[in-house]
Amino acid sequence: MKDNGSRSKAPGASTPAVTTGDSQPAASPRVPKPLVRIRGLTYRRGSLVVFEDLDLDIQRGAVTAVMGPSGTGKTTLLKLITGQLRPDAGSIEVDGLNIQGLDKPQLFKLRRRMGMLFQSNALLTDLSVFDNVAYPLREHTDLSPSMLRKVVLLKLEAVGLRGARDLMPSALSGGMARRAALARAIALDPMMILYDEPFTGQDPISMGVLIALIRHLNDAAGLTSIVVSHDVRETASIADYLYVISQGRIIAQGSPAEVEADDSEWVRQFMGGLPDGPVHFHYPGPPLAQDLLRRSAA
Amino acid sequence: MLVDSIAALGRGVLDSLTRLGRGHLLLADILRGSGEIFRHPRLLGEQIVNIGVLSLLIVGVSGLFVGMVLALQGYYVLNQFGAEESLGVMVAASLVRELGPVVTALLVAGRAGSALTAEIGLMKATEQLSGLEMMAVDPVRRVLTPRFYGGVLAMPMLAAIFSAVGILGGYFVGVGLLGVDDGAFWSQMQAKIDFAEDVVNGVIKSLAFGIVVTWIALFQGYDSVPTSIGVSRSTTRSVVHAALVVLGLDFVLTALMFGD
Ligand SMILES: Nc1ncnc2c1ncn2[C@@H]1O[C@H](COP(=O)(O)OP(=O)(O)OP(=O)(O)O)[C@@H](O)[C@H]1O
Ligand SMILES: [Mg+2]
Repeated sequence: MKDNGSRSKAPGASTPAVTTGDSQPAASPRVPKPLVRIRGLTYRRGSLVVFEDLDLDIQRGAVTAVMGPSGTGKTTLLKLITGQLRPDAGSIEVDGLNIQGLDKPQLFKLRRRMGMLFQSNALLTDLSVFDNVAYPLREHTDLSPSMLRKVVLLKLEAVGLRGARDLMPSALSGGMARRAALARAIALDPMMILYDEPFTGQDPISMGVLIALIRHLNDAAGLTSIVVSHDVRETASIADYLYVISQGRIIAQGSPAEVEADDSEWVRQFMGGLPDGPVHFHYPGPPLAQDLLRRSAA
Repeated sequence: MLVDSIAALGRGVLDSLTRLGRGHLLLADILRGSGEIFRHPRLLGEQIVNIGVLSLLIVGVSGLFVGMVLALQGYYVLNQFGAEESLGVMVAASLVRELGPVVTALLVAGRAGSALTAEIGLMKATEQLSGLEMMAVDPVRRVLTPRFYGGVLAMPMLAAIFSAVGILGGYFVGVGLLGVDDGAFWSQMQAKIDFAEDVVNGVIKSLAFGIVVTWIALFQGYDSVPTSIGVSRSTTRSVVHAALVVLGLDFVLTALMFGD
Protein backbone atom coordinates (compact mmCIF):
# COMPACT_ATOMS: atom_id res chain seq x y z
CA MET A 1 0.00 0.00 0.00
CA LYS A 2 1.05 3.58 -0.48
CA ASP A 3 2.08 5.47 2.57
CA ASN A 4 -0.08 8.27 3.73
CA GLY A 5 2.65 10.83 3.36
CA SER A 6 2.55 10.68 -0.42
CA ARG A 7 -0.98 11.92 -0.31
CA SER A 8 -0.41 14.81 1.98
CA LYS A 9 -2.23 17.11 -0.42
CA ALA A 10 -5.34 15.43 0.83
CA PRO A 11 -8.25 17.72 1.63
CA GLY A 12 -7.77 19.85 4.64
CA ALA A 13 -4.54 18.16 5.48
CA SER A 14 -3.23 21.48 6.65
CA THR A 15 -5.90 21.71 9.30
CA PRO A 16 -4.92 20.16 12.58
CA ALA A 17 -7.07 17.42 13.97
CA VAL A 18 -10.11 18.98 15.52
CA THR A 19 -11.50 17.49 18.65
CA THR A 20 -14.78 17.38 20.47
CA GLY A 21 -17.10 20.30 20.23
CA ASP A 22 -15.57 22.19 17.32
CA SER A 23 -16.67 20.44 14.16
CA GLN A 24 -15.66 23.19 11.74
CA PRO A 25 -15.06 21.49 8.37
CA ALA A 26 -11.73 21.72 6.68
CA ALA A 27 -12.77 24.04 3.89
CA SER A 28 -10.40 26.77 2.86
CA PRO A 29 -10.88 28.96 -0.22
CA ARG A 30 -8.03 27.32 -2.11
CA VAL A 31 -9.38 23.79 -1.78
CA PRO A 32 -11.65 22.83 -4.74
CA LYS A 33 -15.34 22.59 -4.05
CA PRO A 34 -16.11 19.33 -2.25
CA LEU A 35 -18.19 16.68 -3.97
CA VAL A 36 -20.39 16.21 -0.93
CA ARG A 37 -21.08 19.11 1.37
CA ILE A 38 -23.10 18.54 4.52
CA ARG A 39 -24.10 21.47 6.73
CA GLY A 40 -26.04 21.49 9.96
CA LEU A 41 -27.35 17.96 9.44
CA THR A 42 -29.79 16.81 12.08
CA TYR A 43 -31.47 13.42 11.88
CA ARG A 44 -33.65 11.69 14.44
CA ARG A 45 -35.15 8.23 14.76
CA GLY A 46 -38.08 8.74 17.07
CA SER A 47 -36.56 10.08 20.26
CA LEU A 48 -33.05 8.95 19.31
CA VAL A 49 -30.92 11.76 17.90
CA VAL A 50 -28.65 10.09 15.35
CA PHE A 51 -26.99 13.28 14.08
CA GLU A 52 -26.98 16.71 15.60
CA ASP A 53 -25.82 19.73 13.61
CA LEU A 54 -23.22 17.78 11.66
CA ASP A 55 -20.90 19.47 9.15
CA LEU A 56 -18.90 17.21 6.85
CA ASP A 57 -17.14 17.51 3.48
CA ILE A 58 -16.10 14.80 1.05
CA GLN A 59 -13.37 16.03 -1.29
CA ARG A 60 -13.20 15.00 -4.93
CA GLY A 61 -10.76 12.31 -5.90
CA ALA A 62 -9.97 11.30 -2.34
CA VAL A 63 -10.78 8.32 -0.16
CA THR A 64 -12.61 9.71 2.82
CA ALA A 65 -13.30 7.42 5.73
CA VAL A 66 -16.01 7.85 8.32
CA MET A 67 -15.36 5.82 11.42
CA GLY A 68 -17.26 5.35 14.58
CA PRO A 69 -18.54 2.65 16.89
CA SER A 70 -21.41 0.41 15.95
CA GLY A 71 -24.74 2.19 15.95
CA THR A 72 -23.44 5.75 15.59
CA GLY A 73 -25.24 6.17 12.30
CA LYS A 74 -22.62 5.43 9.66
CA THR A 75 -25.05 3.54 7.47
CA THR A 76 -27.60 6.24 8.14
CA LEU A 77 -25.12 8.84 6.91
CA LEU A 78 -24.66 7.00 3.61
CA LYS A 79 -28.41 6.68 3.20
CA LEU A 80 -28.78 10.40 3.81
CA ILE A 81 -26.11 11.23 1.24
CA THR A 82 -27.78 9.02 -1.36
CA GLY A 83 -31.23 10.41 -0.65
CA GLN A 84 -32.71 7.20 0.73
CA LEU A 85 -33.48 9.04 3.95
CA ARG A 86 -34.44 12.67 4.45
CA PRO A 87 -32.74 14.81 7.09
CA ASP A 88 -34.81 16.60 9.73
CA ALA A 89 -32.71 19.72 9.33
CA GLY A 90 -29.66 20.91 7.46
CA SER A 91 -28.54 20.53 3.87
CA ILE A 92 -26.75 17.86 1.89
CA GLU A 93 -25.24 18.83 -1.45
CA VAL A 94 -23.82 16.29 -3.86
CA ASP A 95 -21.95 17.71 -6.83
CA GLY A 96 -23.66 21.04 -6.27
CA LEU A 97 -27.17 19.56 -6.14
CA ASN A 98 -29.21 19.85 -2.99
CA ILE A 99 -30.47 16.32 -2.34
CA GLN A 100 -33.69 17.36 -0.60
CA GLY A 101 -34.63 19.64 -3.48
CA LEU A 102 -34.54 16.88 -6.08
CA ASP A 103 -37.63 15.11 -7.36
CA LYS A 104 -37.50 11.38 -8.05
CA PRO A 105 -36.28 11.48 -11.68
CA GLN A 106 -33.54 13.94 -10.76
CA LEU A 107 -32.54 11.87 -7.77
CA PHE A 108 -32.41 8.72 -9.91
CA LYS A 109 -30.30 10.56 -12.47
CA LEU A 110 -27.85 11.52 -9.76
CA ARG A 111 -27.81 7.98 -8.37
CA ARG A 112 -26.64 6.61 -11.68
CA ARG A 113 -23.42 8.44 -10.92
CA MET A 114 -23.14 6.95 -7.43
CA GLY A 115 -22.35 3.35 -6.62
CA MET A 116 -23.13 1.98 -3.20
CA LEU A 117 -21.78 -1.16 -1.64
CA PHE A 118 -24.32 -2.25 0.94
CA GLN A 119 -23.38 -3.74 4.27
CA SER A 120 -25.48 -6.76 3.24
CA ASN A 121 -24.31 -6.65 -0.42
CA ALA A 122 -27.95 -6.43 -1.61
CA LEU A 123 -27.32 -8.72 -4.59
CA LEU A 124 -30.48 -9.79 -6.39
CA THR A 125 -30.76 -13.38 -5.24
CA ASP A 126 -32.58 -14.75 -8.27
CA LEU A 127 -29.99 -13.50 -10.76
CA SER A 128 -26.53 -14.91 -11.42
CA VAL A 129 -23.40 -12.88 -10.72
CA PHE A 130 -23.21 -11.94 -14.40
CA ASP A 131 -26.82 -10.76 -14.53
CA ASN A 132 -26.42 -8.84 -11.30
CA VAL A 133 -23.54 -6.85 -12.74
CA ALA A 134 -25.35 -6.49 -16.05
CA TYR A 135 -28.54 -5.24 -14.35
CA PRO A 136 -27.71 -1.52 -14.12
CA LEU A 137 -26.23 -1.61 -17.62
CA ARG A 138 -29.35 -3.18 -19.07
CA GLU A 139 -31.46 -0.62 -17.24
CA HIS A 140 -29.61 2.51 -18.15
CA THR A 141 -27.64 1.92 -21.34
CA ASP A 142 -28.38 0.69 -24.86
CA LEU A 143 -25.31 -1.50 -25.14
CA SER A 144 -25.57 -4.32 -27.65
CA PRO A 145 -25.52 -7.78 -26.07
CA SER A 146 -21.95 -8.45 -27.17
CA MET A 147 -20.77 -5.06 -25.89
CA LEU A 148 -22.66 -5.57 -22.64
CA ARG A 149 -20.99 -8.93 -22.18
CA LYS A 150 -17.57 -7.38 -22.65
CA VAL A 151 -18.24 -4.60 -20.17
CA VAL A 152 -19.56 -7.02 -17.55
CA LEU A 153 -16.60 -9.35 -18.01
CA LEU A 154 -14.20 -6.45 -17.60
CA LYS A 155 -15.91 -5.33 -14.40
CA LEU A 156 -15.82 -8.89 -13.08
CA GLU A 157 -12.18 -9.18 -14.07
CA ALA A 158 -11.43 -6.06 -12.04
CA VAL A 159 -12.72 -7.78 -8.90
CA GLY A 160 -11.33 -11.19 -9.84
CA LEU A 161 -14.67 -12.93 -10.32
CA ARG A 162 -14.74 -13.47 -14.08
CA GLY A 163 -14.65 -17.22 -13.52
CA ALA A 164 -17.57 -17.07 -11.07
CA ARG A 165 -19.95 -15.27 -13.41
CA ASP A 166 -22.47 -18.11 -13.65
CA LEU A 167 -22.78 -18.69 -9.92
CA MET A 168 -25.89 -17.62 -8.06
CA PRO A 169 -25.41 -15.24 -5.10
CA SER A 170 -26.34 -18.00 -2.65
CA ALA A 171 -23.34 -19.98 -3.88
CA LEU A 172 -20.85 -17.19 -3.13
CA SER A 173 -18.71 -16.86 -0.04
CA GLY A 174 -19.02 -13.64 1.93
CA GLY A 175 -15.88 -12.23 0.38
CA MET A 176 -16.94 -13.15 -3.15
CA ALA A 177 -20.38 -11.67 -2.64
CA ARG A 178 -18.79 -8.44 -1.46
CA ARG A 179 -16.66 -8.28 -4.59
CA ALA A 180 -19.60 -9.15 -6.86
CA ALA A 181 -21.54 -6.30 -5.29
CA LEU A 182 -18.56 -4.05 -5.86
CA ALA A 183 -18.45 -5.02 -9.54
CA ARG A 184 -22.12 -4.08 -9.78
CA ALA A 185 -21.53 -0.78 -7.99
CA ILE A 186 -18.88 0.23 -10.55
CA ALA A 187 -20.81 -1.07 -13.56
CA LEU A 188 -21.99 2.37 -14.62
CA ASP A 189 -18.59 4.01 -13.99
CA PRO A 190 -19.87 6.23 -11.18
CA MET A 191 -18.20 9.41 -9.98
CA MET A 192 -18.43 8.28 -6.38
CA ILE A 193 -18.60 4.97 -4.54
CA LEU A 194 -19.93 4.60 -1.04
CA TYR A 195 -18.66 1.58 0.86
CA ASP A 196 -20.65 0.46 3.88
CA GLU A 197 -18.40 -1.65 6.11
CA PRO A 198 -16.47 -3.24 3.26
CA PHE A 199 -14.17 -5.18 5.59
CA THR A 200 -16.56 -6.87 8.02
CA GLY A 201 -16.47 -10.63 7.86
CA GLN A 202 -13.53 -10.80 5.46
CA ASP A 203 -10.53 -13.06 5.90
CA PRO A 204 -7.09 -11.36 5.90
CA ILE A 205 -6.53 -12.16 2.23
CA SER A 206 -9.80 -10.83 0.89
CA MET A 207 -9.41 -7.90 3.28
CA GLY A 208 -6.11 -7.11 1.59
CA VAL A 209 -7.68 -7.58 -1.82
CA LEU A 210 -10.50 -5.21 -0.94
CA ILE A 211 -8.16 -2.57 0.46
CA ALA A 212 -6.09 -2.68 -2.72
CA LEU A 213 -9.24 -2.62 -4.86
CA ILE A 214 -10.76 0.41 -3.16
CA ARG A 215 -7.52 2.37 -3.48
CA HIS A 216 -6.93 1.19 -7.04
CA LEU A 217 -10.45 1.95 -8.25
CA ASN A 218 -10.28 5.35 -6.67
CA ASP A 219 -6.96 6.34 -8.22
CA ALA A 220 -7.24 4.59 -11.58
CA ALA A 221 -10.70 5.82 -12.45
CA GLY A 222 -10.49 9.18 -10.71
CA LEU A 223 -13.35 8.33 -8.39
CA THR A 224 -14.32 9.74 -5.07
CA SER A 225 -14.74 7.15 -2.34
CA ILE A 226 -16.44 7.20 1.01
CA VAL A 227 -15.57 4.30 3.27
CA VAL A 228 -17.66 3.80 6.34
CA SER A 229 -16.19 1.39 8.82
CA HIS A 230 -15.24 0.55 12.35
CA ASP A 231 -12.15 -1.40 11.33
CA VAL A 232 -9.66 1.21 12.44
CA ARG A 233 -6.39 -0.04 11.05
CA GLU A 234 -7.61 -1.14 7.61
CA THR A 235 -9.58 2.02 7.11
CA ALA A 236 -6.80 4.30 8.22
CA SER A 237 -4.43 2.56 5.82
CA ILE A 238 -6.37 3.60 2.72
CA ALA A 239 -7.97 6.84 3.75
CA ASP A 240 -6.75 10.28 2.69
CA TYR A 241 -8.96 11.93 5.24
CA LEU A 242 -10.69 10.60 8.32
CA TYR A 243 -13.76 11.58 10.24
CA VAL A 244 -14.46 9.95 13.57
CA ILE A 245 -18.05 10.31 14.69
CA SER A 246 -19.68 9.36 17.92
CA GLN A 247 -23.08 10.15 19.36
CA GLY A 248 -24.12 12.27 16.44
CA ARG A 249 -21.10 14.57 16.28
CA ILE A 250 -17.66 14.63 14.76
CA ILE A 251 -15.10 14.11 17.49
CA ALA A 252 -12.00 14.09 15.35
CA GLN A 253 -11.00 14.68 11.76
CA GLY A 254 -7.85 15.02 9.73
CA SER A 255 -5.35 12.85 7.91
CA PRO A 256 -4.86 9.38 9.44
CA ALA A 257 -1.60 10.51 11.04
CA GLU A 258 -3.27 13.53 12.61
CA VAL A 259 -6.17 11.55 14.00
CA GLU A 260 -3.76 8.90 15.26
CA ALA A 261 -1.85 11.64 17.10
CA ASP A 262 -5.00 13.11 18.58
CA ASP A 263 -4.68 13.01 22.32
CA SER A 264 -8.32 13.19 23.37
CA GLU A 265 -9.15 10.26 25.57
CA TRP A 266 -12.07 9.13 23.44
CA VAL A 267 -10.15 9.09 20.16
CA ARG A 268 -7.27 7.21 21.81
CA GLN A 269 -9.66 4.58 23.08
CA PHE A 270 -11.34 4.16 19.70
CA MET A 271 -8.23 4.17 17.57
CA GLY A 272 -6.33 1.94 19.98
CA GLY A 273 -9.26 -0.41 20.53
CA LEU A 274 -8.98 -0.18 24.33
CA PRO A 275 -11.75 -2.08 26.12
CA ASP A 276 -12.52 0.61 28.65
CA GLY A 277 -12.28 4.36 28.66
CA PRO A 278 -14.84 7.09 28.06
CA VAL A 279 -16.85 4.48 26.16
CA HIS A 280 -17.72 1.75 28.62
CA PHE A 281 -17.72 -1.90 27.79
CA HIS A 282 -20.60 -2.48 30.20
CA TYR A 283 -24.09 -1.34 29.56
CA PRO A 284 -25.17 0.68 32.63
CA GLY A 285 -26.56 -1.46 35.46
CA PRO A 286 -26.21 -2.23 39.18
CA PRO A 287 -22.93 -3.80 40.39
CA LEU A 288 -22.53 -7.47 39.50
CA ALA A 289 -22.40 -8.74 43.08
CA GLN A 290 -25.61 -6.97 43.96
CA ASP A 291 -27.32 -8.42 40.89
CA LEU A 292 -26.12 -11.95 41.62
CA LEU A 293 -27.13 -11.92 45.26
CA ARG A 294 -30.56 -10.46 44.77
CA ARG A 295 -33.35 -13.00 44.94
CA SER A 296 -35.04 -13.14 41.59
CA ALA A 297 -38.62 -12.02 41.67
CA ALA A 298 -39.71 -14.59 39.13
CA MET B 1 -55.25 1.89 34.02
CA LEU B 2 -58.32 2.99 32.14
CA VAL B 3 -56.40 5.83 30.54
CA ASP B 4 -53.73 3.37 29.45
CA SER B 5 -56.15 1.09 27.70
CA ILE B 6 -57.88 4.02 26.01
CA ALA B 7 -54.49 5.28 24.87
CA ALA B 8 -53.60 1.81 23.57
CA LEU B 9 -56.89 1.62 21.72
CA GLY B 10 -56.31 5.02 20.17
CA ARG B 11 -52.80 4.04 19.17
CA GLY B 12 -54.11 0.88 17.55
CA VAL B 13 -56.72 2.78 15.58
CA LEU B 14 -54.18 5.37 14.46
CA ASP B 15 -51.77 2.63 13.43
CA SER B 16 -54.41 0.91 11.34
CA LEU B 17 -55.44 4.17 9.73
CA THR B 18 -51.88 5.14 8.79
CA ARG B 19 -51.30 1.66 7.44
CA LEU B 20 -54.46 1.96 5.38
CA GLY B 21 -53.16 5.29 4.10
CA ARG B 22 -49.78 3.82 3.20
CA GLY B 23 -51.56 0.99 1.42
CA HIS B 24 -53.49 3.40 -0.77
CA LEU B 25 -50.38 5.45 -1.51
CA LEU B 26 -48.63 2.28 -2.60
CA LEU B 27 -51.56 1.33 -4.83
CA ALA B 28 -51.45 4.78 -6.42
CA ASP B 29 -47.72 4.35 -6.96
CA ILE B 30 -48.22 0.91 -8.52
CA LEU B 31 -50.89 2.27 -10.86
CA ARG B 32 -48.75 5.26 -11.80
CA GLY B 33 -46.14 2.77 -12.97
CA SER B 34 -48.60 1.02 -15.30
CA GLY B 35 -46.66 2.26 -18.33
CA GLU B 36 -43.90 -0.13 -17.32
CA ILE B 37 -46.15 -3.00 -18.41
CA PHE B 38 -46.01 -1.81 -22.00
CA ARG B 39 -42.31 -1.10 -21.90
CA HIS B 40 -41.50 -4.52 -20.50
CA PRO B 41 -44.33 -6.87 -21.49
CA ARG B 42 -42.13 -9.85 -20.67
CA LEU B 43 -42.15 -8.96 -16.98
CA LEU B 44 -45.95 -9.09 -16.99
CA GLY B 45 -46.06 -12.37 -18.92
CA GLU B 46 -43.65 -13.93 -16.46
CA GLN B 47 -45.80 -12.87 -13.51
CA ILE B 48 -49.08 -14.11 -15.02
CA VAL B 49 -47.44 -17.48 -15.60
CA ASN B 50 -45.78 -17.41 -12.20
CA ILE B 51 -48.94 -16.61 -10.23
CA GLY B 52 -51.20 -18.69 -12.47
CA VAL B 53 -49.02 -21.78 -12.43
CA LEU B 54 -48.51 -21.52 -8.67
CA SER B 55 -52.25 -21.78 -8.12
CA LEU B 56 -53.34 -23.93 -11.05
CA LEU B 57 -53.22 -27.34 -9.43
CA ILE B 58 -54.94 -26.38 -6.20
CA VAL B 59 -57.59 -24.39 -8.09
CA GLY B 60 -58.30 -27.27 -10.46
CA VAL B 61 -58.53 -29.92 -7.76
CA SER B 62 -60.68 -27.74 -5.50
CA GLY B 63 -62.96 -26.90 -8.43
CA LEU B 64 -63.51 -30.57 -9.15
CA PHE B 65 -64.48 -31.41 -5.58
CA VAL B 66 -66.63 -28.33 -5.07
CA GLY B 67 -68.54 -29.17 -8.27
CA MET B 68 -69.03 -32.75 -7.16
CA VAL B 69 -70.30 -31.74 -3.73
CA LEU B 70 -72.62 -29.15 -5.28
CA ALA B 71 -74.16 -31.87 -7.46
CA LEU B 72 -74.69 -34.18 -4.50
CA GLN B 73 -76.27 -31.51 -2.32
CA GLY B 74 -78.26 -29.98 -5.17
CA TYR B 75 -79.64 -33.30 -6.23
CA TYR B 76 -80.90 -33.95 -2.71
CA VAL B 77 -82.92 -30.71 -2.68
CA LEU B 78 -84.03 -30.67 -6.31
CA ASN B 79 -85.10 -34.30 -6.17
CA GLN B 80 -87.72 -33.45 -3.53
CA PHE B 81 -89.45 -31.20 -6.06
CA GLY B 82 -88.89 -33.52 -8.98
CA ALA B 83 -86.67 -30.89 -10.56
CA GLU B 84 -83.43 -32.85 -10.82
CA GLU B 85 -83.17 -31.87 -14.52
CA SER B 86 -82.24 -28.40 -13.27
CA LEU B 87 -79.16 -29.76 -11.57
CA GLY B 88 -76.90 -28.45 -14.36
CA VAL B 89 -78.27 -24.91 -13.96
CA MET B 90 -77.86 -24.99 -10.25
CA VAL B 91 -74.28 -26.23 -10.35
CA ALA B 92 -73.25 -23.82 -13.09
CA ALA B 93 -74.97 -20.78 -11.59
CA SER B 94 -73.47 -21.37 -8.14
CA LEU B 95 -70.03 -21.81 -9.61
CA VAL B 96 -69.98 -19.00 -12.14
CA ARG B 97 -71.70 -16.39 -10.01
CA GLU B 98 -70.36 -17.16 -6.60
CA LEU B 99 -68.11 -20.05 -5.74
CA GLY B 100 -65.78 -19.76 -8.71
CA PRO B 101 -64.64 -16.19 -8.02
CA VAL B 102 -64.75 -16.43 -4.21
CA VAL B 103 -63.10 -19.79 -3.62
CA THR B 104 -60.50 -19.09 -6.30
CA ALA B 105 -59.66 -15.79 -4.64
CA LEU B 106 -59.29 -17.51 -1.26
CA LEU B 107 -57.08 -20.20 -2.75
CA VAL B 108 -54.94 -17.71 -4.66
CA ALA B 109 -54.54 -15.61 -1.51
CA GLY B 110 -53.28 -18.67 0.33
CA ARG B 111 -51.09 -20.00 -2.44
CA ALA B 112 -49.76 -17.16 -4.60
CA GLY B 113 -50.55 -14.21 -2.31
CA SER B 114 -48.54 -15.54 0.61
CA ALA B 115 -45.67 -16.33 -1.76
CA LEU B 116 -45.75 -12.77 -3.10
CA THR B 117 -45.71 -11.30 0.39
CA ALA B 118 -42.79 -13.46 1.46
CA GLU B 119 -40.87 -12.69 -1.72
CA ILE B 120 -41.27 -8.92 -1.43
CA GLY B 121 -40.71 -8.97 2.34
CA LEU B 122 -37.48 -10.92 1.93
CA MET B 123 -36.32 -8.63 -0.84
CA LYS B 124 -36.87 -5.76 1.57
CA ALA B 125 -35.17 -7.52 4.49
CA THR B 126 -32.10 -8.35 2.39
CA GLU B 127 -31.94 -4.76 1.09
CA GLN B 128 -32.54 -5.86 -2.49
CA LEU B 129 -35.20 -3.19 -2.83
CA SER B 130 -32.79 -0.51 -1.53
CA GLY B 131 -30.18 -1.94 -3.87
CA LEU B 132 -32.52 -1.38 -6.81
CA GLU B 133 -33.18 2.16 -5.66
CA MET B 134 -29.47 2.82 -5.52
CA MET B 135 -29.18 1.54 -9.08
CA ALA B 136 -31.73 4.21 -9.97
CA VAL B 137 -34.40 1.58 -10.59
CA ASP B 138 -37.79 2.18 -8.99
CA PRO B 139 -38.63 -1.05 -7.14
CA VAL B 140 -42.34 -0.27 -7.13
CA ARG B 141 -42.45 -0.04 -10.90
CA ARG B 142 -40.02 -2.78 -11.64
CA VAL B 143 -40.98 -5.34 -9.00
CA LEU B 144 -44.47 -4.53 -7.73
CA THR B 145 -46.35 -3.27 -10.79
CA PRO B 146 -45.81 -6.39 -12.97
CA ARG B 147 -46.77 -8.63 -10.06
CA PHE B 148 -49.89 -6.58 -9.45
CA TYR B 149 -51.14 -6.84 -13.02
CA GLY B 150 -50.04 -10.45 -13.16
CA GLY B 151 -52.26 -11.25 -10.19
CA VAL B 152 -55.19 -9.17 -11.46
CA LEU B 153 -55.15 -10.86 -14.87
CA ALA B 154 -54.45 -14.38 -13.62
CA MET B 155 -57.41 -14.33 -11.23
CA PRO B 156 -60.28 -14.40 -13.80
CA MET B 157 -58.50 -17.09 -15.76
CA LEU B 158 -58.11 -19.22 -12.65
CA ALA B 159 -61.74 -18.59 -11.68
CA ALA B 160 -62.83 -19.69 -15.17
CA ILE B 161 -60.79 -22.87 -14.83
CA PHE B 162 -62.29 -23.46 -11.38
CA SER B 163 -65.84 -23.10 -12.70
CA ALA B 164 -65.22 -25.22 -15.79
CA VAL B 165 -63.65 -28.05 -13.83
CA GLY B 166 -66.41 -27.72 -11.21
CA ILE B 167 -69.14 -28.10 -13.83
CA LEU B 168 -67.42 -31.22 -15.12
CA GLY B 169 -67.28 -32.54 -11.56
CA GLY B 170 -70.98 -31.82 -11.19
CA TYR B 171 -71.62 -33.61 -14.44
CA PHE B 172 -69.76 -36.74 -13.37
CA VAL B 173 -71.67 -36.95 -10.10
CA GLY B 174 -75.08 -35.80 -11.39
CA VAL B 175 -75.22 -37.68 -14.66
CA GLY B 176 -72.74 -40.47 -14.06
CA LEU B 177 -73.56 -41.33 -10.47
CA LEU B 178 -77.06 -40.09 -9.70
CA GLY B 179 -78.60 -40.74 -13.12
CA VAL B 180 -79.73 -37.24 -14.10
CA ASP B 181 -80.58 -37.04 -17.82
CA ASP B 182 -77.51 -36.15 -19.85
CA GLY B 183 -79.29 -33.91 -22.36
CA ALA B 184 -81.34 -32.09 -19.75
CA PHE B 185 -78.25 -31.34 -17.67
CA TRP B 186 -76.56 -29.44 -20.51
CA SER B 187 -79.56 -27.97 -22.37
CA GLN B 188 -81.11 -26.46 -19.24
CA MET B 189 -77.74 -25.00 -18.34
CA GLN B 190 -77.42 -23.52 -21.81
CA ALA B 191 -80.92 -22.07 -21.68
CA LYS B 192 -80.86 -20.58 -18.18
CA ILE B 193 -77.33 -19.29 -17.69
CA ASP B 194 -77.18 -15.76 -19.07
CA PHE B 195 -73.88 -14.53 -20.42
CA ALA B 196 -74.18 -10.89 -19.33
CA GLU B 197 -75.99 -11.55 -16.07
CA ASP B 198 -74.00 -14.53 -14.83
CA VAL B 199 -70.71 -14.90 -16.63
CA VAL B 200 -69.77 -11.24 -16.99
CA ASN B 201 -70.69 -10.49 -13.39
CA GLY B 202 -68.58 -13.44 -12.29
CA VAL B 203 -65.62 -12.11 -14.26
CA ILE B 204 -66.08 -8.63 -12.76
CA LYS B 205 -66.08 -10.18 -9.31
CA SER B 206 -62.91 -12.10 -9.89
CA LEU B 207 -61.19 -9.05 -11.35
CA ALA B 208 -62.12 -7.13 -8.21
CA PHE B 209 -60.84 -9.99 -6.05
CA GLY B 210 -57.67 -10.11 -8.11
CA ILE B 211 -57.07 -6.45 -7.37
CA VAL B 212 -57.58 -6.70 -3.60
CA VAL B 213 -55.77 -10.01 -3.11
CA THR B 214 -52.67 -8.95 -5.05
CA TRP B 215 -52.69 -5.46 -3.61
CA ILE B 216 -52.89 -6.75 -0.04
CA ALA B 217 -50.17 -9.32 -0.71
CA LEU B 218 -47.81 -6.76 -2.22
CA PHE B 219 -48.50 -4.15 0.43
CA GLN B 220 -47.94 -6.58 3.28
CA GLY B 221 -44.60 -7.57 1.77
CA TYR B 222 -43.54 -4.01 1.02
CA ASP B 223 -44.61 -2.75 4.44
CA SER B 224 -43.25 -5.68 6.42
CA VAL B 225 -40.80 -5.23 9.29
CA PRO B 226 -37.51 -6.33 7.68
CA THR B 227 -36.79 -9.25 10.02
CA SER B 228 -37.63 -12.97 9.91
CA ILE B 229 -40.49 -12.57 12.34
CA GLY B 230 -41.67 -9.44 10.58
CA VAL B 231 -41.86 -11.20 7.21
CA SER B 232 -43.58 -14.25 8.69
CA ARG B 233 -46.18 -12.04 10.42
CA SER B 234 -46.81 -10.14 7.21
CA THR B 235 -47.30 -13.37 5.31
CA THR B 236 -49.93 -14.54 7.76
CA ARG B 237 -51.58 -11.14 7.76
CA SER B 238 -51.62 -11.09 3.99
CA VAL B 239 -53.72 -14.29 3.86
CA VAL B 240 -56.04 -13.33 6.72
CA HIS B 241 -56.73 -9.82 5.46
CA ALA B 242 -57.20 -10.98 1.89
CA ALA B 243 -59.71 -13.65 2.95
CA LEU B 244 -61.74 -11.22 5.06
CA VAL B 245 -61.74 -8.52 2.42
CA VAL B 246 -62.72 -10.99 -0.32
CA LEU B 247 -65.68 -12.28 1.67
CA GLY B 248 -66.84 -8.81 2.65
CA LEU B 249 -66.42 -7.46 -0.85
CA ASP B 250 -68.28 -10.45 -2.24
CA PHE B 251 -71.31 -9.56 -0.18
CA VAL B 252 -71.22 -5.97 -1.42
CA LEU B 253 -70.75 -6.95 -5.06
CA THR B 254 -73.43 -9.63 -4.89
CA ALA B 255 -75.89 -7.14 -3.39
CA LEU B 256 -75.10 -4.66 -6.15
CA MET B 257 -75.25 -7.17 -9.01
CA PHE B 258 -77.98 -9.60 -8.11
CA GLY B 259 -79.74 -8.00 -5.16
CA ASP B 260 -82.83 -6.51 -6.76
N1 LIG C 1 -35.21 1.46 10.95
C1 LIG C 1 -34.77 1.97 12.11
N2 LIG C 1 -35.65 2.28 13.08
C2 LIG C 1 -35.23 2.81 14.24
N3 LIG C 1 -33.95 3.06 14.54
C3 LIG C 1 -33.02 2.77 13.63
C4 LIG C 1 -33.39 2.22 12.36
N4 LIG C 1 -32.26 2.05 11.64
C5 LIG C 1 -31.26 2.48 12.43
N5 LIG C 1 -31.71 2.92 13.62
C6 LIG C 1 -30.90 3.46 14.71
O1 LIG C 1 -30.09 4.47 14.19
C7 LIG C 1 -28.80 4.38 14.74
C8 LIG C 1 -27.78 4.35 13.63
O2 LIG C 1 -27.92 3.15 12.88
P1 LIG C 1 -26.89 2.78 11.74
O3 LIG C 1 -27.37 1.55 11.10
O4 LIG C 1 -26.70 3.96 10.86
O5 LIG C 1 -25.56 2.49 12.56
P2 LIG C 1 -24.13 2.10 12.03
O6 LIG C 1 -23.21 3.15 12.49
O7 LIG C 1 -24.19 1.82 10.57
O8 LIG C 1 -23.84 0.78 12.83
P3 LIG C 1 -23.01 -0.52 12.38
O9 LIG C 1 -21.60 -0.17 12.47
O10 LIG C 1 -23.39 -1.55 13.39
O11 LIG C 1 -23.47 -0.86 10.99
C9 LIG C 1 -28.75 3.12 15.60
O12 LIG C 1 -28.77 3.52 16.93
C10 LIG C 1 -29.99 2.38 15.26
O13 LIG C 1 -30.52 1.81 16.44
MG1 LIG D 1 -24.04 0.15 9.41
